[in-house]
Amino acid sequence: MPGELFSILTFQGGYNTSVVLAGVIALGIGGGVIGVFSFLRKRALISDAISHATLPGIAIAFLIGIALGGTGRNLALLMAGAATTGALGVLCVQWIRDYTRLPEDAAIGTVLSVFFGLGIVLLSHIQTLQAAGQAGLNSFLLGSTAALTAGEAQLIGGASLVAILIALLLLKEFGAVAFDEGFAAAQGWRVTRIDLAMIGLLLAIVAIGLKTVGLVLIIALVIIPPASARFWTERLGRLVALSGTFGGLAGWLGGSLSALLPDMPAGAVIVLAAAAIFTISLLFAPRRGVIAWGIRRLRMRVRAASVRGLLAMADGYLPPDGLSYRVVRWRGYIDGDARITESGRTAASEMRRQDRLWQTYRTRHPEAALSFNPLTGTRIEDVLPADIVATLEAPSR
Amino acid sequence: MNPPRLIPFETRQPRNEIAPSPLSIRGLTVAYDDKPAVWDLDYDAPDRGLIAVIGPNGAGKSTMIKAMLGLVPTLAGDVRVFGSTLRQARRRIAYIPQRTSVDWDFPASAEDVVAMGLYGEIGWCRPVRRRHREAARSYLDRVGMADFAGRQIGQLSGGQQQRVFLARALAQKADLYLMDEPFAGVDAATERAIVNVMREVRDAGATVLCVHHDLQTVADYFDHALILNVHAIAHGAVDDVLTEELLQRAYGGRLAETEIRAIAGSA
Repeated sequence: MPGELFSILTFQGGYNTSVVLAGVIALGIGGGVIGVFSFLRKRALISDAISHATLPGIAIAFLIGIALGGTGRNLALLMAGAATTGALGVLCVQWIRDYTRLPEDAAIGTVLSVFFGLGIVLLSHIQTLQAAGQAGLNSFLLGSTAALTAGEAQLIGGASLVAILIALLLLKEFGAVAFDEGFAAAQGWRVTRIDLAMIGLLLAIVAIGLKTVGLVLIIALVIIPPASARFWTERLGRLVALSGTFGGLAGWLGGSLSALLPDMPAGAVIVLAAAAIFTISLLFAPRRGVIAWGIRRLRMRVRAASVRGLLAMADGYLPPDGLSYRVVRWRGYIDGDARITESGRTAASEMRRQDRLWQTYRTRHPEAALSFNPLTGTRIEDVLPADIVATLEAPSR
Repeated sequence: MNPPRLIPFETRQPRNEIAPSPLSIRGLTVAYDDKPAVWDLDYDAPDRGLIAVIGPNGAGKSTMIKAMLGLVPTLAGDVRVFGSTLRQARRRIAYIPQRTSVDWDFPASAEDVVAMGLYGEIGWCRPVRRRHREAARSYLDRVGMADFAGRQIGQLSGGQQQRVFLARALAQKADLYLMDEPFAGVDAATERAIVNVMREVRDAGATVLCVHHDLQTVADYFDHALILNVHAIAHGAVDDVLTEELLQRAYGGRLAETEIRAIAGSA
């Protein structure tokens, strides 16, 4: 089985499997790139409203397909239906938010459940019809890559690439609106139109991803990659690139696994792959990651404790609390008999001097002092030029 | 006897058509739900003025600026900028929103934010190029922030963030600057930087309208004032407007008598 997984991962699992995998990767990249904008605009949940609102559209498109004499399983028709009611759902959310005093989350919850309920009613109705191809409709709920034909996968991949291209063209505009809506509007930009473009792209990704990932979980494809990427970078361009990469990676791993395990819903497998990336990011990212944050916090506590302890000792007192005692004891500044050691005497008087210099600097140059991170224990000689330090050493006039 | 014929409303306060004011407002009226925020405001900003908009909390100062820019819906009103409609004059206006109106934990550096001031010039769907980045850095330099160009904006102090906003406005090379409480919660260095920049752009021919909350410094920093409390209470040269009587009318019991007298005396 590992051998089989490897051959799928390396696009050697047969023509159909490879095309489907490529389509899923493109979809993942698209979700990651486009998701960044709703994520930064703090409207990530709107995609959940969109995806759930697509269900009635899928059902209606299926019914229309049958009425026209087909099987109702034409993917393009189903996507069009999904996009139509998805858009309707967004418009409902916008309307409720703009014309009532309800916040957007309440509007999203309401619209999402109502549309989904309607969709389920229609779906149950379809199941009583015993029409051909109705079984395939269930894959829209939880997703399936097994049911994808090569042609459908090409459609998904191609549409994803177009959506990515449009998103990249509007990168600058989306970014400005997400950061400072008022400024963008004051420049004469139609913020609502830019938002609509963003939602349109989301809608496109949801509609093309529905059959693969399923409407219940597709929100993960536009939220988890940007959320993961945010841990690693402070720049918008890199955020977009990284989020797309993570989305593509989730599509690649999840798509391969689901090709290997056709009984597993593809959506769930892809989301779990994305979740693994998220977990790694959350823990191990260098600056924003939880571990890095914890270490910084711990070091800060030890540093502050050392300063506290040494300043107390400079005045002939014991360190004021347990932590500062342990720190100065561990550093050998104090012996077990509560006596200051030779190195402790040097360190304490140096700390007293540093403290006095910093205080003088803060009184004489309050504005300049602001630009220094007030890191306890930072040696003033390390951050200020020698001549300034010398003026601080001199007694005040 | 017939009553006299009614004459067109515009003649009540005619606009100067020959030398249009940088900012001419007629009948601006804004309400939040059923609560009036700005009521029937007429105002002509003097050319090359440094104008403070003052008034008590909730007087509609920020609302006035936002309404002029079309950021909040208005009930009525007509705004002209250098004699043109807002739409035509957008590129001549730079707006500095309140610093607290944005989330500073945004993935952008100081330079990125300043470059946003160049977006109008760069144009839609075009990338920010090296020369734009260099221009952005030169504006950061003008507000004393050259060393922080690459810093993530969330890691800047409040005053430094305000100076980034100031640099972004400078990048717009505007003729009319609208500032919403730029002095709120900033350090002395930033306060000086803002005052210097305001004077520089004024000397270069621009007009600055600035919502200001610190009555003590109005007379030092500005040469004109508009006192607002939903209605326009008064406007004109700072010395003429900062009087006991007018401040009393705008602020009522919200300022102590002694305080009002001190401010009026300072002007």
